[in-house]
Amino acid sequence: MITSFILRALEGRIIVAVAVLLAVAVLVPAANLLTPPDSALHIPTYAVSLMGKYLCYALLALALDLVWGYCGILSLGHGAFFALGGYAMGMYLMRQIGSRGVYGNPELPDFMVFLNWKELPWFWHGMDMFWFAMLMVLVVPGLLAFIFGWFAFRSRVNGVYLSIITQAMTYALLLAFFRNDMGFGGNNGLTDYKEILGFSVQADGTRAVLFALSAIMLSLCLIISSGIVRSKFGKVLVGVRDAESRVRFLGFRVENIKLFTFVVSAMMAGIAGALFVPQVGIINPGEFAPANSIEVVVWTAVGGRGTLIGPIIGAILVNGGKSFFTGAFPEAWLYALGALFIGVTLFLPKGIVGTIQARTSGRRAMKAAVEAEKGRTETPAATPIQAAE
Amino acid sequence: MNQLVSETRPPSLLYLDGVSVSFDGFKALNSLSFVVEPGELRAIIGPNGAGKTTMMDIITGKTRPDSGRVLFEDTIDLTRKDEADIAQLGIGRKFQKPTVFESHTVWDNLELALNRKRGVFATLFYRLTSEDKARIEEIMTTIRLTHRRDELAANLSHGQKQWLEIGMLLAQEPKLLLVDEPVAGMTDAETAETAILLREIAKTRSVVVVEHDMGFIRDLGVKVTCLAEGSVLAEGSIDFVSSDPKVIENYLGR
Repeated sequence: MITSFILRALEGRIIVAVAVLLAVAVLVPAANLLTPPDSALHIPTYAVSLMGKYLCYALLALALDLVWGYCGILSLGHGAFFALGGYAMGMYLMRQIGSRGVYGNPELPDFMVFLNWKELPWFWHGMDMFWFAMLMVLVVPGLLAFIFGWFAFRSRVNGVYLSIITQAMTYALLLAFFRNDMGFGGNNGLTDYKEILGFSVQADGTRAVLFALSAIMLSLCLIISSGIVRSKFGKVLVGVRDAESRVRFLGFRVENIKLFTFVVSAMMAGIAGALFVPQVGIINPGEFAPANSIEVVVWTAVGGRGTLIGPIIGAILVNGGKSFFTGAFPEAWLYALGALFIGVTLFLPKGIVGTIQARTSGRRAMKAAVEAEKGRTETPAATPIQAAE
Repeated sequence: MNQLVSETRPPSLLYLDGVSVSFDGFKALNSLSFVVEPGELRAIIGPNGAGKTTMMDIITGKTRPDSGRVLFEDTIDLTRKDEADIAQLGIGRKFQKPTVFESHTVWDNLELALNRKRGVFATLFYRLTSEDKARIEEIMTTIRLTHRRDELAANLSHGQKQWLEIGMLLAQEPKLLLVDEPVAGMTDAETAETAILLREIAKTRSVVVVEHDMGFIRDLGVKVTCLAEGSVLAEGSIDFVSSDPKVIENYLGR
């Protein structure tokens, strides 16, 4: 059962993408650790972490593509799931600081000592255990998505209204996490990490491993997503996107289909956030900003929604462009971004990968039509009315 | 209740009794009552706003009636169920505008419609069996689309989309098929073909057809119910109904 699911997932383009990602997972850390700093092949650690960050964004875009590209749910709040996964990881990393904080309290993170708190809030308990924190990376975004989706999909909130509510959700979380008494470090968020599983977060080796893990998790989620969209369930998903009432009248429970997809997607976003935090060294409420979630939609649209690989490419290209431009011509970045959006909307409405796909499948259809034409001249195809008689 | 119903009259497949519903004060259905017997092919006519589509909405669970009873197979109260439940009970519905999955192939459209387990995990790990393949082939033959099996539904002609949708309903194996204006926008040849198709389908199940095309209804040659202003105006053969003065007044025009 599971094997057939995976075999179906590993269709041509997916194999290539996974192979590339796994090669990158090996080669980039190797180029960072095994080459001398003056070698032409050397990749500096900051660049490794920067690319690791892109991969996390790519995973976030992939998660969005599952709900938006295939199920038609335009979530403008996926940044919230990303941030929650990030906070879960951040809490673990804070607990690892122990007595090395400025105030030297072995139990409480610095910001709690500063707020004069005497004991750890209940939701911080257990976060010093890596396995538990990793479970929370999945459970917290998954649970929020479940509760949100349970109400939204059951009451059949659709289209623009749903998008607005998701945007409100992330905005509400932004405001909540800004408050000091929420217990998540308020405005400053969680930072100043020391160790992850006993390894220094600053060390080159740790950075390289985190990068490799990001690439591996991205491949894994790509395979899972591909398995989902290529199963019968995936065809139902596209059905929900294109003709929801038809799916309902065929006897499918549309609300359950949406809920499952939304929860899986939120968990993937959570994983992305968890990998993001140790590589950038901070998580703060800014990650909940509505604009962040909208940017994810842009990456997905640029790469091509409903293609799985497109959003990955889109996220890497746009963020790579952002890093390059803000470094080389800081003033020009916003213009470049604007030009990119206009260009994509005008010339590539299906996104980069979507356009390439349409072109190749168009060529295939042309070939098929020529074949069919040949067949017709040999044996005249029956028109429906003739066939009936 | 089951006992009571079956004692007083022959078993029915669909039983509507005194169904009323209003939208913002407009009475779309006004104490509508009618019965469909097992294996019956029934045509429903009536002017715009007579409540034909609203009636289908109520039977399929899209709209809840304000009052009245809707029973399926004499025992199942349809007013308490939603669309997915009702579809699983065996009521299929064809919409007025052909509604198929445009970005799926003809084959995939039928595969999705097949009456199999519809849960999340059942569909996630579903594998096409040879039995299911044979069933899809069979339906494609019935709806005359075998030669376009790998074509995206979006590329089909209007008439072919209508047939594909009917094929999807067949794949659903319903006991009752509700068909809303199946020949709207079809060519004459396609219309004649559709009448043959529906008669074929009605051999093994009940079919209710809503249609404006009087020629088509004559082709079907079945019992006709004329609705007007949310209730039944006349019922009987097409000749009987079309000679009824009230029907002429309300629908056919003087």
